[in-house]
Amino acid sequence: MINSLKRSIPSLKSVFTVAVAAFAFSQAAIVNAAPATAEVNTTGLAVTDDTVTVGILHSITGTMAISETGSTQAEKLAIKQINESGGVLGRQIKYIQEDGASDWPTFAEKSRKLLVKDKVAAVMGCWTSASRKAALPVFEQYNGMLFYPTFYEGLEQSPNVVYTGQEATQQIIASIDWVVKTKGVKTFYLLGSDYIWPRTSMKIARKHIAKLGLKVVGEEYYPLGHTQFNSVINKVKLKKPDVIFAAVVGGSNVAFYKQVKAAGIDWRKEKPLMLTISVTEDEVLGIGGENLVGAYSSMKYFQSLTNGNNETFVKAFKEMWGEDSVIGDVTQAAYLGPWIWKYAVEKAGSFDIDKLKLALPGIELTTAPEGYVKVHPNHHLWSKARIGLAREDGQFDVVFESEGLIEPDPFPKGYQ
Amino acid sequence: MFDGYTASELMAIFAMQGFAGLILFSVLVLMALGLAIIFGQMGVINMAHGEFMILGAYVTYLTSIFFENYLPGLSSIYFFVAIVLAFIAAASLGAFVEWALIRRLYKRPLDTLLATWGLSLILQQTYRSVFGGREKGVSLPDWMMGSIPVTDIIEIPINGIIVMVLTLIITLAVYFVMQRSQWGAKVRAVVQNRPMAAAVGINTSIVDRMTFALGCGIAGIAGSAFTMIGSTGPTSGQLYIVDTFMVVVFGGAANLMGTIASAFTISQAQTILEFFMSGSIAKVLTLGMVVGILMLRPQGLFVLKIRR
Amino acid sequence: MSNFSKQKLLSPAELCGFIVLALLLFVVLPLSLDDFRLNLVGKYLSYSFVAMGLVLCWGYGGILSLGQGVFFGIGGYCMAMFLKLEASSPENTAIQSTPGIPDFMDWNQLTELPWFWEPFNSLGLSLIAVVLIPGLFAFLIGLAMFKRRVGGVYFAIITQAVAAILTILIVGSQGMTGGINGITDLRTMLGWDIRTDEAKVILYFVCVTFVFLCLLLCQFVLRSKLGRLLVAVRDTEERVRFSGYNVDNFKIFVFTFAAMLSAIGGAMFTLQVGFMSPSFVGIVPSIEMVIFCAVGGRLSLLGAVYGALAVNFAKTTLSEAIPELWLFALGAMFIAVVSIFPNGLMGLYTAYIAPVVNRTLKPVFAAVKQKLPSKQPVSESTTGAE
Repeated sequence: MINSLKRSIPSLKSVFTVAVAAFAFSQAAIVNAAPATAEVNTTGLAVTDDTVTVGILHSITGTMAISETGSTQAEKLAIKQINESGGVLGRQIKYIQEDGASDWPTFAEKSRKLLVKDKVAAVMGCWTSASRKAALPVFEQYNGMLFYPTFYEGLEQSPNVVYTGQEATQQIIASIDWVVKTKGVKTFYLLGSDYIWPRTSMKIARKHIAKLGLKVVGEEYYPLGHTQFNSVINKVKLKKPDVIFAAVVGGSNVAFYKQVKAAGIDWRKEKPLMLTISVTEDEVLGIGGENLVGAYSSMKYFQSLTNGNNETFVKAFKEMWGEDSVIGDVTQAAYLGPWIWKYAVEKAGSFDIDKLKLALPGIELTTAPEGYVKVHPNHHLWSKARIGLAREDGQFDVVFESEGLIEPDPFPKGYQ
Repeated sequence: MFDGYTASELMAIFAMQGFAGLILFSVLVLMALGLAIIFGQMGVINMAHGEFMILGAYVTYLTSIFFENYLPGLSSIYFFVAIVLAFIAAASLGAFVEWALIRRLYKRPLDTLLATWGLSLILQQTYRSVFGGREKGVSLPDWMMGSIPVTDIIEIPINGIIVMVLTLIITLAVYFVMQRSQWGAKVRAVVQNRPMAAAVGINTSIVDRMTFALGCGIAGIAGSAFTMIGSTGPTSGQLYIVDTFMVVVFGGAANLMGTIASAFTISQAQTILEFFMSGSIAKVLTLGMVVGILMLRPQGLFVLKIRR
Repeated sequence: MSNFSKQKLLSPAELCGFIVLALLLFVVLPLSLDDFRLNLVGKYLSYSFVAMGLVLCWGYGGILSLGQGVFFGIGGYCMAMFLKLEASSPENTAIQSTPGIPDFMDWNQLTELPWFWEPFNSLGLSLIAVVLIPGLFAFLIGLAMFKRRVGGVYFAIITQAVAAILTILIVGSQGMTGGINGITDLRTMLGWDIRTDEAKVILYFVCVTFVFLCLLLCQFVLRSKLGRLLVAVRDTEERVRFSGYNVDNFKIFVFTFAAMLSAIGGAMFTLQVGFMSPSFVGIVPSIEMVIFCAVGGRLSLLGAVYGALAVNFAKTTLSEAIPELWLFALGAMFIAVVSIFPNGLMGLYTAYIAPVVNRTLKPVFAAVKQKLPSKQPVSESTTGAE
């Protein structure tokens, strides 16, 4: 009894110390809540004593609007949450939303507007590689900061961009290792839409498969928007690959999975397996869960993840955007953008882009829905690779998670 | 590329590939038939054709939702109801568009081209505002998905058969309406000589409207059928436009046989090329071939001699 | 001398129109807009070249091309290839496995420049290519089509297919063309940084100057015998043919000429926007280019410029304010210009505003006419000396 009392005294003490420290810290926080604007903003950004303005730049109209809606929603949610928790350097975030209209020059034009006219402190935006490529020179010219959410082909590293999605090697290498190790596959069929992301991804896959001493029995690309896949299905039947590695996008994606199902290929069977890098919960809505069930998808995030962070995030997202919302990989990555920016700004103690650039490497996010992430000096994120098994209801069961965080490597040696 | 395969495997694959060609053929005919009827009648391409197809797809989607919620017992046959509704919806919209817009533009085919393009943009945005930007997954009854295994390689997709049967029925129906019915005789009379047809008491403006509505209605059926093989979203209609236009133009005006022959040629060329090379190159070669032949034979494969 | 020939080239009313437009583009807009908006106007103006071409080819020649994006794109790509090669100097690309070639080639394992890129090391050759390659391409298409009397809707659809084919080709051969991302990150032209604000202003004035040169050139074509024959062909092709003219050649010429104009527009676009991508080549942008011409008035060269400005301005403002409305507005525009205002803005001007202007300016015209007795439109021989 006495012993336990004795033991509790120091613990009480420590509680007290912690409380005092917390009090002192909160005092300091209040004193420092709004450091003078002149101090934190030496380059004339849109920062006032109690607000800071950022830009959101996604397509609201046009063919890409479907995909980009989730990103916009996640970014608005993050901004709302940050504001509720006290903002950034004591300032509430305001945002200006611009429409990229699925048109690449418009992305460049609107980036210029946001940076030159609105002087925003950061931009959350872009979705396709083409839109990022169009906007990138603008961000470099006017020294802005772009938070880009989509998983993409890599081969790029700009000090003015933070890539919060996976680059190709993070998505591909671990998933191929996994399918080889656990499913014992020997032959691959590579299939993609014909543009830079699938082609670069397949190149990395091809090299990695060769390194493992395994075989690619077919490799094919179809034009964007292609809707007839019976020929390729026949080729797959002839070549009998153990696994189809697919990166088909957009309307073609829907057509492909429907026609495969109709041709009597069932992904739940042993062979061929389906491993795709282009299907998130968002895409399943169009494809239909019943056409995809049994396929494996390689992403860093799935809505069904069961960690505490994700449960809070999913709940908050549904509260803000409706019960029916689904959250895909890119949506989650978009949610990280404002948070990483907030912590980097607070670490730098300034909104200045140059100080932000120095502060970014090493920023950690323990509250990310996907788990712990960290910013690499190359401005990509250390993150886990995961594989989800598609269920009939459009969600995924996570069947694999890489042990540690995978280092981002946008210019992978030996894969170029 | 055929090393290491047994003869029976190759035979089976060629059979399957032939079947794939037939499916593509049916798809192209179904897509192009409605357009060809309108093209034959008015000499104009309805650029909003893809959007009429998507209207059919959305009607199918709504019907499936309705059956799921109110008549779950009948949901395995909802598709037939959906096809009829899709036809009615698309045909009514077609008739309205003809009345409100197209009839003012006869004799100006190029202007009609632009006006229908404008219409297609408006329809796209309407779909987006009503149904949302996301693609809709239309759930089909189980018996329509899957395949009939014949051997262990040859498996015949059921939806392919449905598309083929549907195409056959509609083509025959159109043939009988056009060639055997009294109304069809009026349509042909108007196509061949409008003033003369009017002079003998045919109400040409009604004939025009009905033909336009019929073409749009068939587009609606095609859209309904394509929920089995493609996507349903506000801009999905645009995926089909180039193929559809090429089939019709390649076939030549005012002749349904031309459309069918052209769909057959294009589908076979494409499936054969696709088997030997990558999809992108096959597509370019097919389109290039069609353009090339059209340069040599601009009037299309078949042409009806008419006085305008 | 120049004054004299202009009098013949332009009627007094047209001259007024030119002067008003010149004041607007050279003086009013640069003074009233900031650099950012001025650059946007420059971008819009690069579309006006396409619209001018369509006035000749569609408005006067009756040939509707739904594939002008092809020529706009080729012109733009020719310019972009030159700029990209300059931006890919061995020093700038030292981190690549093969320095000195464009970055996207390096990513696609190309180790040397493809042969057709070689000429684009030279600015002179590139500028020639900007006009010549699209011209040649259009000539071949025109030759094949018009000699076989393909026209109307057929021609429109075939040009559309050409646009589709070219897009697939560009996207598919990304090692040589940059694929769907296009050719991006263009920096300097002969050492002159085209990304700075001052450069953008200068490029704007260069663009406006080219607009006027092309306007005068088009006006010259329309005033020549050729222009009048074109109208005759559009209205009754058979009669012109029976009168002994070779109708096909006129059509081929006007289609080629329109393609060259589009290509100049494409090159100006690349210079001002800083990149080129297949999204300007495809079917949708090509048809959108027709609306610039239709809104301005398909029979008016000046209208083409106003049309390109008005439609793009509406696009930018509407998509900033109410994005959902833009497609409705664009669709309505297509329908309105064919069913309600077939002659577009210029038609409205002639019907409602011109009479008022004429009444006020009548004394001025009268004075001009007294000085210089009005002449018949110039014939080829006299203008040939210009």
